[in-house]
Amino acid sequence: MTLSARARLLLRLATFGGLAVIYVPLLVVLVNSFNPSKTFGWPPSGFTTQWWSRAASNPGARAALLTSVEIALAATALALVLGSMAAFAVARYRWFGRETVSFLVVLPIALPGIVTGIALNSAFSAGGVALGFLTVVVGHATFCIVVVYNNVLARLRRTGTTLEEASADLGASTLQTFLHVTFPQLRGALLAGGLLAFALSFDEIVVTQFTISAGLQTLPIWIFANLFRPNQAPVVNVVAAALVVASVIPVYLANRLSEGNGGGRL
Amino acid sequence: MTTSTPTAEGLPGRPSAAVRASSFLHRHPRLRLAGLLSAPMLWLVVAYLGSLAVMFVTAFWRLDTGGFVAVLDRTPSLQNFTELLTEDVYRRVALRTLGIAAAVTVVDTLVALPMAFYMAKVASPRTRKVLVALVLTPLWASYLVKAYAWRTMLAEDGVVNWALGPVGGRGPGFGLAATAITLGYLWLPYMILPVFAGLERIPDSLLEASGDLGGTAGRTFRTVVLPLLFPSIVAGSIFTFSLTLGDYIAVKIVGGSTQMFANVIYDNIGVAGNLPFAAAAAVFPVVAILLYLALVRRTGALDNL
Repeated sequence: MTLSARARLLLRLATFGGLAVIYVPLLVVLVNSFNPSKTFGWPPSGFTTQWWSRAASNPGARAALLTSVEIALAATALALVLGSMAAFAVARYRWFGRETVSFLVVLPIALPGIVTGIALNSAFSAGGVALGFLTVVVGHATFCIVVVYNNVLARLRRTGTTLEEASADLGASTLQTFLHVTFPQLRGALLAGGLLAFALSFDEIVVTQFTISAGLQTLPIWIFANLFRPNQAPVVNVVAAALVVASVIPVYLANRLSEGNGGGRL
Repeated sequence: MTTSTPTAEGLPGRPSAAVRASSFLHRHPRLRLAGLLSAPMLWLVVAYLGSLAVMFVTAFWRLDTGGFVAVLDRTPSLQNFTELLTEDVYRRVALRTLGIAAAVTVVDTLVALPMAFYMAKVASPRTRKVLVALVLTPLWASYLVKAYAWRTMLAEDGVVNWALGPVGGRGPGFGLAATAITLGYLWLPYMILPVFAGLERIPDSLLEASGDLGGTAGRTFRTVVLPLLFPSIVAGSIFTFSLTLGDYIAVKIVGGSTQMFANVIYDNIGVAGNLPFAAAAAVFPVVAILLYLALVRRTGALDNL
């Protein structure tokens, strides 16, 4: 389509305007974490790093961060196992009901988090299960399965079975074929799926609120609990800023991962 | 299978248990399938669908708060649903929530269209890659932090009032509009990405043909691009719509005293401890989303997710 110079300019303005709207609030959070004023009025009244050092030694935030990482690791491990198993069953076998698996796997993330949260909460309370670390892990793993499943399924469909058949023809056992042929092919997909699952779990607040016990706090729960307390504002600000900075890590890793695949590394 | 048993590396003679097990499995594909399916199905069907079923059953129970102590009445009744459908306050909250969902969807579409169009059809391939990365990156930033960012933007002495002050303007402050802005901000990438993918699938030759036949840019966009893009826009709207229906956190952060429908669900669990009523309320967003999905099925949007 031939666009007039004016149309091009308008489109460019709209695009960069949109990007500005996306990034300005995040930058404000970053800048505010160095704002010496405790009320965080804009513009900042100066520059200080004292909130950062205060946040680094805040016991509540540190404990919450540790809990979040532990829960995300456990949920990711479960999702990796369950998602890969389901993907193998769908990609490598024909059976009745195969088409419903994709639907079933995506359901926990397609329904609003509050529905998944209430459903699990009612089931735990009906079954007399006390809420705590493990119930959160169960809740998170449930909606993380889909990202592993999608990644592994796509990879299994793309690679096909020829290499595995060749391995079997050359006398390898099922186990050997899996360890030396199938698994290395899947490594990238497992890393990508695991990364997404970890990020989803780490960021989740809704399902967490319905499956966690009163004494336990993940980082999002900690932030939400302290968001409305004026004297905690500086620490919340720093934690928020740190999370903005940390969100670059998965983007960088994902980028590295896709480059590795594009380079034809087996 | 008795003639040549595969052996593990370097182990002569009798094969190890692991190797024997694996060759046994090799001969029984159905057993292998059952093994692969058992754990995920136990989890998703028994645990997850089972939980949804428990929630659905709970919705028909009742928490009797008439006495000194609240008593759970397990006789099935429709009372929770009747209350939700007939009481004015719930109807108002439900309509407000649907209104916000619609507004968020429209605004996100209007913002996403030019951005996605520029990315897919105008920008050079290198710029395109950078732009896609820039749109994707905020998806990894924490949901809470993004909502919190708008709290600092829209606060009384926040950035928006500071920027609008010199021209005599003021931001909307915390409330309904702030909630819509924040939700629109949160879900924007979910609209840009399907629209961008849809635009990439439209061949440039179609746009050129329209131009050669005398179509202006505006006409080409209206009569060629938009109809082809419609399923992608609908796909994006599924996200913006259903994510808004389930949200009760952003509204607490920037909404002042505004209530959304999911707050009704959440407050009945937290403060009131009325799980049956919350479960009954949770049925409504699910029904709304299923209705929406059924409505848009024909457009082929579900293949664009």
